[in-house]
Order: sequence, then structure tokens, then C-alpha cells
Amino acid sequence: MTLTISVCGGTGCSAQGSGDMRQAFESLIKEKGVKAKLLFTGCHGFCENGPLVVIGPKKIFYNKVKAEDVPEIVEKTVLRGEVIERLLYVDPATNKRVVYEDDVPFYQKQQRLIFGLNGKIDPTKIEDYIAAGGYKGLEKALQQMTPQGVLEEVKKSGIRGRGGAGFPTGLKWEATRKAHGDLKYIIANCDEGDPGAFMDRSLMEGNPHSVIEGMIIAGYTIGASEGYIYIRNEYPLAVQNTSVALAQAEEIGFLGKNILGSDYSLSITVNRGGGAFICGESTALMASLEGKAGEPRAKYIHTSERGLYDRPSNLNNVETLANIPHIVNRGAGWFSSVGTAGSKGTKIFSLVGKINNTGLIEVPMGVTLREIIYDIGGGIKNNKKFKAVQTGGPSGGCIPESLLDLKVDFDELARAGSMMGSGGMIIMDENTCMVDIARYFLGFLAEESCGQCVPCREGIKRLLEIVTNIAEGKAEMGDLDLLERLGSTVCDASLCGLGQTAPNPVLSTLKYFRDEYVAHIVDRKCPAGVCKSLIRYFIVAENCPGCGLCVKACPVKAITFMGKKKPVVLDQDMCTKCGSCFDACKLKAVEVR
Amino acid sequence: MSSSTRLSAAPETVDSKQILAILDRFHRKEGQLVAILQEVQALHRYLPREALDLVSSELNVSPSQVYHVATFFRAFSLKPRGKHLLQVCLGTACHVRGAVKIKEKLEEKLCVQAGETTEDRNFTLETVNCVGACALGPVVVLDGQYKGKLDTDKAAQLLEKFK
Repeated sequence: MTLTISVCGGTGCSAQGSGDMRQAFESLIKEKGVKAKLLFTGCHGFCENGPLVVIGPKKIFYNKVKAEDVPEIVEKTVLRGEVIERLLYVDPATNKRVVYEDDVPFYQKQQRLIFGLNGKIDPTKIEDYIAAGGYKGLEKALQQMTPQGVLEEVKKSGIRGRGGAGFPTGLKWEATRKAHGDLKYIIANCDEGDPGAFMDRSLMEGNPHSVIEGMIIAGYTIGASEGYIYIRNEYPLAVQNTSVALAQAEEIGFLGKNILGSDYSLSITVNRGGGAFICGESTALMASLEGKAGEPRAKYIHTSERGLYDRPSNLNNVETLANIPHIVNRGAGWFSSVGTAGSKGTKIFSLVGKINNTGLIEVPMGVTLREIIYDIGGGIKNNKKFKAVQTGGPSGGCIPESLLDLKVDFDELARAGSMMGSGGMIIMDENTCMVDIARYFLGFLAEESCGQCVPCREGIKRLLEIVTNIAEGKAEMGDLDLLERLGSTVCDASLCGLGQTAPNPVLSTLKYFRDEYVAHIVDRKCPAGVCKSLIRYFIVAENCPGCGLCVKACPVKAITFMGKKKPVVLDQDMCTKCGSCFDACKLKAVEVR
Repeated sequence: MSSSTRLSAAPETVDSKQILAILDRFHRKEGQLVAILQEVQALHRYLPREALDLVSSELNVSPSQVYHVATFFRAFSLKPRGKHLLQVCLGTACHVRGAVKIKEKLEEKLCVQAGETTEDRNFTLETVNCVGACALGPVVVLDGQYKGKLDTDKAAQLLEKFK
């Protein structure tokens, strides 16, 4: 077994200094002539405890590692196989140290089919992917299967699109395959716009070849000869790694003319998005690929018949495509054995917000929200009370505690008034105001609405005005009915998916958290202490030693220093409620009510 | 973000040769308009009017379409940007962890609203919908570097080293 040092180079770990660690390992390995393979990988998933280092083959798991720790790791663990206690993960539930990656509770309930390779390969080296069994699915498809055969297998697997709506992938492919055209396109959608979701980014950065392999198989099935990968502007590393991967795949002969000696040819190029949420919508994305503003069109004629440049086009999310090689390799029967009746396979979720174990997780469809939040996520941050989980991004909804035993799949989430979306799960606690969340999403969507159709452009704006009035204590109870009526009109009358789903965050919070809306309107109070117009900051005299930190922090000099060991005094008339004093105080002497 | 990595090299005036070179690289295809504008912005940190006019006439695309694209996408700016770019993430995960307070603190410290550039052209403050670094929330991206786990105090300190 080879000795490996896997350093996580995902966004979270990189931002916390894993790049320095990599350099430290590199120079030390060279200097000492250590026979170990150093991998600078994509995201391992457990971002909360980064930077992460895993020493193979035993997979000794170190978390919160710093560059200073590197010499000790090389000396003790890499060379002598000893475990360094202080770098181990401590399970907060048992207070015990965990030595191996597989024993970390965060990973234990996961089933990492798509995401598992991320920690084991260097995304810039095609040989790593091939050594791990990569491109075997492509070989099998091209050399042993007909396009129709691949299509049947994908249809049988029951896989549904991972980008949002959950449309059966096989049916989509079939429509494009059947469509007439001199040239067909295969497009990968990596315009991950849902705030709080970053699984597509981590796949594209950490394992681009898996997406490319899926794309070539898809292209072969539908008969596409040109392909595009549309990547969000905010993801420069994904653009870079994908471009490198495409060049390598072409050099080996997985892309270009007569792939692997067959008569199938495909070329793929990378396109960067322009930072518009709406470009995740298929027709808007295609307009943007044509160099136009990303405005969607009505889909009387599907993109499978007339899409990019009016030619038959097939658009899939990157996570969907990453599943394809596995389906071809291991068969539809194997794939459909995972998951629920209507939703097959696994799904990657980003578990973020007020949760202990922030990160990316991959679980079989059908696990409950409770298992995700408490067993994998480790519960709510700072022992606060759980309030809601938001799924599906700005098109989704908020699910309350009473529905925590809901089995997560496409249909169950829709039944609860939310949706799967791309897989963001934002956990909210007692300090999150649901009116504020509704206002946040409406503000987001009002800004991102392309403005073509009236229901979306004007409707969302009006919804935002009403919710803002509620948040500012200027509303009446009748406004709640107005929200519901207007919301359903926007759903029914908007042109594209953005408008049709835009009222979901308001409607779902109104459904499950109506009492919070009522508190804002009737009592003029924000129970969570968030909505600025309805809250005030107070000094808790018995906790305040008069240290003066808040006096310095206050930008408007609303807090007066009264002498040592005497509590400070806050002038309510001057206070702008910026919260600086609240953040500055380490002794809980500033309270918000 | 590619624009931020080349911050210091941005030329003050538009050199038509450079713009023409970009156009040539994309074979003057109308379909590459978004990509071309991204390159122009990477060069200048914003889209100067002269450059847009040149792109329009060379591609034979109407100025209104070029402006349509240039104003539609969030990544493009028609106004010159400052030497340093501060992008406050307003994704949902950052929002529930107090991103709005971070934005307001930076607005107060820099005396600008989000979307504006300071008078000395030192800083541009922008908001971004999500940078996909949710574990670090609230996050600010300063010249391409992720600064995470901020509160108002730490956000104010980000500006200290430039004083």
C-alpha cells in the first residue's frame, strides 16, 4: 500500500491556509526523501473543521491543521506511523478522539458515490482519475453499447436531474436524441446560483473528469458533436481545473475526433457565466452562451428540439452528469437499488447556516432531515433551538421542526411546500427571523428578475414591499391575505421558473411560521431579535464591568464610559442599531430585545 | 474574480490595439460577446465606454445590444473600480450568520454604499450572492482572498492594513 498525504484544497480549507501546508509538505518530503505521494485534492466535505489532512493508506484523519504542524506530521505519522493526538477530531457527543476518517460521525452515515473520489485524487492529474477507475464507463459505452443501449440503461436507472426540478434524465436525453438537426449540443450546467449551495463547485474543482466523462457518454447517446460547460463567474478555480482536464482528456483521446477509435467525435469548451442567477434556467443559459443577455423564453418548444442556436440541445446539471459513468459501469439495477421509489441514487447537500458540522454531504435519497441535521450535522450551533431548514434556494421553502422526520427526496420536499433544488440546506435557529428570511429571498429575486414579464418583475417587487412593511412594523393583518393572493398569482402567471417559484419562501414561512408574522404586525415585535425597526439594544448592568470595548466600537458614540467597574450607558436616541457593541462585548453584557 | 487578480496592471486609457487583440482571440464571433466583455473587464477592471463602442462596431452588433449585455450581468461594471475590491457575500448561509451587519460596517467605514467606489478610488465595495464558502460565513472576498468567520469588529480590521 502506498503512503499518501491528502491535503484538502477545497475553498474552505484553502481560505484557512491549506495552500501553505501543501508547500510545507512538498519541501519537507523532498528534503527528507520521504517516499509518500502528496495529493492536493478537491473538497473533502467537512469544511467546518478545515484545513484537513488525511494520511493513507490507513486514513488517519487530522483536522484544523496549520502549516506549523507539518514537520511533526511528517516526522511522526508519515515516517513512523504514530498518531498525533492533538490534531485528531474530537467527537463532541462522546468527547472521544477519532483516529480514522471512516470513524468520524460526519462521514459515517454518508454514502459517497459521486463525491468520494474528491479526497483521493489530484483534480489536475488525469492519471489519478484513470487509476481510480475513471473513463471505464466511457470505454464500456463506446465499445460495448449502442447509444440506444445507453439510453435504455439511463432510463431504467430512474435518475432525475440534480439541478432543481428533478426531471427524469433519460426522458430528456430521449427527446434530444429523437429531435432532428444537423448539429446537436450537450451542455453542462455549472451556473450554481442558489445561495448556500456549493456542491457543483466542489465537483467541478475536485473531480472535473467525472463530469466530463458523463458528458461524453451523454453526447454519444444523443448524438451531440459540440459541448459546452457553463461555469459560474464566481468560481475561477473550477474554470481553471476544468480547462486543464479538457486538455488532458483531448490529449489522451477521450475527446476530439474518433473517440477511443470509435466513429463518435465531440469537442467541449468552457464558458464563464456573467453572474446572473437566472442563467441557471435552461433557455436563459443558452441565450447567454449565444452572447446575449440571459433572458429566458417561454418553452412552447422545448430546448431538446430548439435550444442553443435553435438546434437540439441537452442541458444537464454537473452532479447529474457525474452519476452517469457509475450507471453505465455498474448498471441501472445497482443504481436504482439506492434511494426511494421515486428518487433513485444519492444526493449531495450543502449543510450550512447555524449547524455544527458545516460542509458537503452525500446521502442516499430517503434519509430523514433529522438524521442529516443531528447525526451528520452534529446538531445546532451553540446549543440553540432548531427553527427551520431552508431547502431549494430562492425557489424553495422553509421546513419546520414538526416535519423533521420527512424522508428527503424530490416528491416529499415538494409535498412539504419546498423543493430539492440543487441541494442547499440552510439551517436556522431561534435567532433567525422568518419574516427577515422571506424578505431576504424576495430582495434577492427582485434583483435577479430579468424584467421581461410583468407578474415576476412587478409582483415580486410588491411582495417585497409588503414583507418589508411587516418587518418594519408598518403592516396590517389584511396584508397577510394579500401576500397569499399575490403570491399565487405570481406563481401562476410568470414566464419562467424563477417567477413561478419566487413566492415559495414567503408562502412556506407564512404557512409554518404565521405566528412570527403576526408578532411583527400586532405586537410590533421581532421575536428573533433581527428586524432592525422592531428591536433595541440594552446594556445588562450586572454583566458589564465597564471595560469600554463597546464604547470604542460604537460608530456614533451612543455609549458613554462611566468609569472603571461601572456599567456603561447606552443612549437609545442616538443608537443606530448597527450591532457593533453586541459583537464587541465578550461578556454578554449587551442584549438585543 | 479574474479581474481582481490583475488589479495593479489596469491601464488608465483604452488602447484600441489591446481590444482588437481580444476580439481576434475570439474570432470576432457575435456569440462570444459575453466572453469578450469579460476579457475587456479583466483588462480595465470595468467596461470603458470607448471599449464598448469599439466592440460594437468591430463585431457589427448594435450598441444597444452591447449595453444590454453589459448592464444585464452582475459581473460587469460600467464605472471605474477602485484599487482594492471588497465583495461581501450575501448568500443565505452568510445572511443568517449576520452578513448584513458586516456590509453596513464596511459601508460606514468606507463612507460608500455597496456598489460604489471610494472618492480616492482606493476601494470598491460590492455584494455578491454567494461565493460558495459557506463554512466560513460571514465571508468577505478581499482582492480574491477569502476572509471568513467575520464579525463587525473583524470586518473593520480588514481595512486597517491599508491605512
